[in-house]
Amino acid sequence: MAVEMTQGSMERKVIVFRLKDEEYGVDVNQVRSIERMQKITRVPRTANFVKGVINLRGVVTPIIDLRERFGLAQEEHSENTRIIIVAVDSMEVGLIVDAANDVVDIQESSIEPPPAVVGGIQAAYLSGVAKLADRLLILLNLTKVLSAEEIQQLNHLEK
Amino acid sequence: MDMNQYLSMFIDESREHLQSLNDELLNLEQSPDSLDTIQVIFRSAHTLKGMAATMGFEQMAHLTHEMENALDLMRNEKLNVTTGVMDILFTCVDLLEAQLSSIIERGSDTDIDISQQVELLRALVAGKPMTEAQQLAAAEAAAATATVAPVAGSADAADQTDFLLNQYEQAVIGQAVEKGFTAYIVTVTLSPQCMLRAARAYMVVDAYEQIGELLRAEPSVEDLEQENFEFDFRLLLMTTESSESIQAVGLRISEVASIDVAELTNIGTATSQLTPSKQGEQPGPNPTEYAKSTDANSTFVQSPGANQGNAADDVPETGKSAKPNSGTNVVQHGHKTASKSVRVDTERLDTLLNLFSELVIDRTRLEKISRDMNHPELIETVEHMSRISSDLQNLVMTIRMVPVETVFNRFPRMVRDLAKELGKKVDFNITGAETELDRTVVDEIGDPLVHMLRNALDHGLEAPEKRMQNGKPETGTIHLHAYQSGNHVFIEITDDGNGIDRSKIVKKAVERGLVTQVKADSLSDEEVFLFMFQSGFSTAEKISDVSGRGVGLDVVKNKIESLGGRVIVKSQLGKGTSFIIQLPLTLSIIQAMLVKIYDETYAIPLSSIIETAMIKKSDIKTVHRQAVIDFRGHVVPLISLSRFFQISETEQWSEQERNVVVVRKGERLAALEVHQFIGQQEIVLKSLGKYLSHVFAISGATILGDGQVALIIDCNAIIS
Repeated sequence: MAVEMTQGSMERKVIVFRLKDEEYGVDVNQVRSIERMQKITRVPRTANFVKGVINLRGVVTPIIDLRERFGLAQEEHSENTRIIIVAVDSMEVGLIVDAANDVVDIQESSIEPPPAVVGGIQAAYLSGVAKLADRLLILLNLTKVLSAEEIQQLNHLEK
Repeated sequence: MDMNQYLSMFIDESREHLQSLNDELLNLEQSPDSLDTIQVIFRSAHTLKGMAATMGFEQMAHLTHEMENALDLMRNEKLNVTTGVMDILFTCVDLLEAQLSSIIERGSDTDIDISQQVELLRALVAGKPMTEAQQLAAAEAAAATATVAPVAGSADAADQTDFLLNQYEQAVIGQAVEKGFTAYIVTVTLSPQCMLRAARAYMVVDAYEQIGELLRAEPSVEDLEQENFEFDFRLLLMTTESSESIQAVGLRISEVASIDVAELTNIGTATSQLTPSKQGEQPGPNPTEYAKSTDANSTFVQSPGANQGNAADDVPETGKSAKPNSGTNVVQHGHKTASKSVRVDTERLDTLLNLFSELVIDRTRLEKISRDMNHPELIETVEHMSRISSDLQNLVMTIRMVPVETVFNRFPRMVRDLAKELGKKVDFNITGAETELDRTVVDEIGDPLVHMLRNALDHGLEAPEKRMQNGKPETGTIHLHAYQSGNHVFIEITDDGNGIDRSKIVKKAVERGLVTQVKADSLSDEEVFLFMFQSGFSTAEKISDVSGRGVGLDVVKNKIESLGGRVIVKSQLGKGTSFIIQLPLTLSIIQAMLVKIYDETYAIPLSSIIETAMIKKSDIKTVHRQAVIDFRGHVVPLISLSRFFQISETEQWSEQERNVVVVRKGERLAALEVHQFIGQQEIVLKSLGKYLSHVFAISGATILGDGQVALIIDCNAIIS
């Protein structure tokens, strides 16, 4: 998801979810479904943020905890906790987020590149920041978040 | 027309024809006199040409066309089947394969250089056979079978580069031209949607007979009538009409895509001049531009002794009777014997299997529910459903089964080439190629087999001289044999070579510290040969560029074990070696033992399990801080799965008795400590997905009756 700097009224639909006290957006085209929390089968010897796998209508789908992925503090799962199933590069992965309940249209023109310094989350995971009337929406670069090489590196560190 | 929808069909059929080319060329090499074989090869090349031209892959059409010319001479016994000729043809098939893969990958065949091969083919066609043809011509001027040389070149259409004229036809044309006729080569291309090609061709031929004399048709009129052609055919027409009106006559007939008219001039001289006027192009072609291309690829040779005067008088009659020498007794193609099968997209098959595995999961769940509820009618219904779904399951599995033939097919060619390269003589035979295996296994088994065959050729078979010295026939034998036995398929590769020297392997194994000399002496031959599968283990004194015996065998073994199979080696020094590969019939639904480790459930494939046992805590000993148990006289390491998989304890482990599953990897054993056995069950293998493609010691997952996911333990990874 390169940041298009095209002016005009190009619109993009994003699914908005909450992580800690910030709002994030992922392109609606990359989202397969939003699921409630369910029992996850742990997969041993994987990175900490890989919570395991679930049976998603017959497809074994890996689940990662986005809080842990971004190095945020852990919190108990609540009523609002959701799993967002995303598909990137023929890879389907579920992301555990604190809440997901909004779909918004954003103007391409309102997207700015990620600021040089972003507290906590590496700027590489972001594709931009969208300004909505009174909120800031952090747009995720899912390809980067789910990069396989990075997983392998992390796996290495664990061992 | 949108060609994309035909592309996959084109690819499939091209593959079949390439395979047939390979097979039949090998047959031809064995029996060079078989005209039937040449005929089959010719038809395959011809069909490929037609298909490639229709799809717009002109390079491919060009190459097959040149092949066809050479093959045409061969079937008319003007060109002998020699090693040189065979090599050129084999290389052509290689190039065609390269073109096909280029088409698959990049959608174009233009980046494969075929110029050299085309030149070789042209040299074949133009070389020796021409002198023969001239001799024939001198002996019998009117012989319609004499082939001389390519006549016409074309600027763009590859399949028009030449048109073989015999002496007689040249003479006729020469005379007719003097009388004010003009000779044209008319290339008629029918539209790909054309349903009744034969009828359409007849209408075209008929229309041209109205306006002039048809000297020849290619393919012959008989072939045209029997629809033995693709979408284009060529006519040699003598007429007083202009090329424009010839074109107009042809295009009046519906379903004719294009008419290409090329004028044949200067029949009496050494070079022919062609004046093409392609439909849709501006009339009045640029002669200088055209001359360039004709210089390059057309030489018109005429025998000086041709009797032109006599021939000219017979123009009308002989024009009809002059038959081209090709294609009279051709096997009909395009109407393959209707086999009662359907080509199914493998993706659909995978979907079917996925859906079915869903059903298996539900079945398991229903069985559980009905047992819990203990309702007689429900139990009965569920049992009935289970039986039906078992039958259905077997059926679905058999649909996925493909004969190993698809893999074996490419071996004869490979063995031939390699034997040539190594200077060895080999009789390679295949049996049981019809044995069926799951498609996924078949897809994976090719590389290991290639490796083992190369190995058998390079290291198994001795050089011819050495074989003679040892009192063996000069030609060695390699036998590739597949058969099914129970739930397994066996593939054996047997050579009658020198066999494996046990002492050499023992020596090497002791050197590498894999075994002590004393221990080695007590091992069976089979156990000793297994050392060869250790990585980096090679007994070859010099490692050739093909493979040292042992080099890479570890890869072979890993591959086969990853498919749930195993390899056994049998060998007798001086007599030969057998590699026996045992493979499971299918990979998608397996029998497994479900176990619990605290509150986590895991599945262990039954194929890895030797047995389950209960041991007392006092049976556990330690060797070098590794817990071991004594299992039927073997010291077997005891692995705590809860520690191995870092499973958190949720309840107290029974102090006195432990459940263990004894599993094996090849000859090595291990005892896995588990909390509880749940039972044996059929499970459906599911991948963990691309994101978790390499999880240590987990080979996949399955969905249990309660909808939960259970991981499948990869015992091979745990033991190594």
